[in-house]
Amino acid sequence: MLNLERLSKTYADGTVALTGINVEVGAGEILALVGGSGCGKTTLLRLVAGLDTATEGRVAVAGETIVAPHPAVGIVFQEPRLLPWLSVADNVGFGLADLPRAERAERVDHALDRVGLAGYGKRWPRELSGGQQQRIAIARAFTARPKVLLLDEPFSALDAFTRASLHEHLLLLWEETKPTVVMVTHDVEEAVTLADRIIVMRPKPGRVYETITAHLDRPRDKLAAGFDKAKRRVLNALDRSLRPETPRPAGADVEANASF
Amino acid sequence: MSAVSSAPADTGPATSPSRDFGIGRRLLAVAGLVLPVALAVLWEWAAAEKLISVRLMPPPSKIWATMAELAASGELKTHVVATLYRVFVGFALGAIAGTLVGAAAGASEAVRRIIDPTLQSLRSVPSIAWVPLFILWLGIFETSKIALIAVGVFFPVYLGVAGAIENIDRKLLEVGRVFRLSRAALVRRVMLPAVLPEWIIALRSGLGLGFMFVVAAEFMGAAEGLGYLLVDGQQMGKPDQILGAIIAFAVLGKTCDAVLVLLTKPLLAWQDTARGTL
Repeated sequence: MLNLERLSKTYADGTVALTGINVEVGAGEILALVGGSGCGKTTLLRLVAGLDTATEGRVAVAGETIVAPHPAVGIVFQEPRLLPWLSVADNVGFGLADLPRAERAERVDHALDRVGLAGYGKRWPRELSGGQQQRIAIARAFTARPKVLLLDEPFSALDAFTRASLHEHLLLLWEETKPTVVMVTHDVEEAVTLADRIIVMRPKPGRVYETITAHLDRPRDKLAAGFDKAKRRVLNALDRSLRPETPRPAGADVEANASF
Repeated sequence: MSAVSSAPADTGPATSPSRDFGIGRRLLAVAGLVLPVALAVLWEWAAAEKLISVRLMPPPSKIWATMAELAASGELKTHVVATLYRVFVGFALGAIAGTLVGAAAGASEAVRRIIDPTLQSLRSVPSIAWVPLFILWLGIFETSKIALIAVGVFFPVYLGVAGAIENIDRKLLEVGRVFRLSRAALVRRVMLPAVLPEWIIALRSGLGLGFMFVVAAEFMGAAEGLGYLLVDGQQMGKPDQILGAIIAFAVLGKTCDAVLVLLTKPLLAWQDTARGTL
């Protein structure tokens, strides 16, 4: 569904944010990107969203090269980024301006219901808490029915309880249309809770360090042995990725495709 | 006791706090009248006791009587209408020009670099300095007065709009990009609403300057208007008329500002500010 081919991004000031990224994400797969700061996670998402252009290589969604924001790709930012002058309902339906009013209202109500905010449509964003605002942002992205949904650390500013409940809301919405999801996070537990596959990235320049595939059933049991094992694997890889570079026997670009 | 413990069960949304102060705010509005009323009473008393010169500082009762007389003869209405007309026409022209030029400067770095330094230096020219020029160019009648007021209104509106456009949150513009809004839709759905609050503040300060400039304009030589009442009062030695005209300016300016706030309030219902109280 989503292909990143030899993707590189060098900024105008010479910073190499990403280099040689080759990743294939299947339809309906949830992929998490973790890594230290400056490893190009956010840059990668911006390239997929069409908000930035790659220096080399390409991003393709269902075979189509992404050069600008594409209707099949949605994004939830780190901040809710709601438009403060629109009601909650109008924010959720922001991307549906072309639809007839009735259909738009129906989709908006449905999405609000799924994120547990049914009946909040007429409120102003400022009247909602941070977690509720982020749920609105997720609902806004889902109502446009993207095939690929990008999440840029959308839960990082929230407390642990709110985060856990948002994970559930996210999975509820995801169950309906099963979009491909690429999420950036710095929370390993979050990555293991949500993702089918976790890519650990390494900074300077940003690149893939290790890929870990989780074969865990949904809904995930955080107390299960497998969950803990997966978490430890990711933590381990993350830890190694942050150490000063030492020559790796297999070469950095060979994916250590561990399954468990 | 139970009232304390039975906090609203709906935990999430914070209700608008401004509503809870409704009564308090009304009291505060009345509080604003305490000072002028107290001063008037003190003044009246001092005049009655001959502590101040009644000839130069006529007591409020005398000012009131003079103004009532002007009002009864219909003269006051003529002056107020003349002044308001000039302010409104000048304000409309200045606000439109300021908005358009400000939008151009805010939208384009190149345009701003070219026009902003010139406009900034013209801004520091005192209003009275334009008077001789405008009289030469536009004559002594209405046109030159309205032009002067428009100049006064133009600058704050220009500055406000240009600044507001520059300050639009890039992150919100990016939301527009993600949803692939056309250039026109981006302006209509994101940029205009984003600059609206600052635009309205700019209009308010423009209106305030309009009232300052109308006096300068009416000093140019007018046969009617509150500014004329000022000049006439000085020449005829009628301090009660001067003070009356000054009070009329204060009341008119405050009223016009309040009307502007009231008209634009629905547009800014989404804001979480105490703006309505100002």
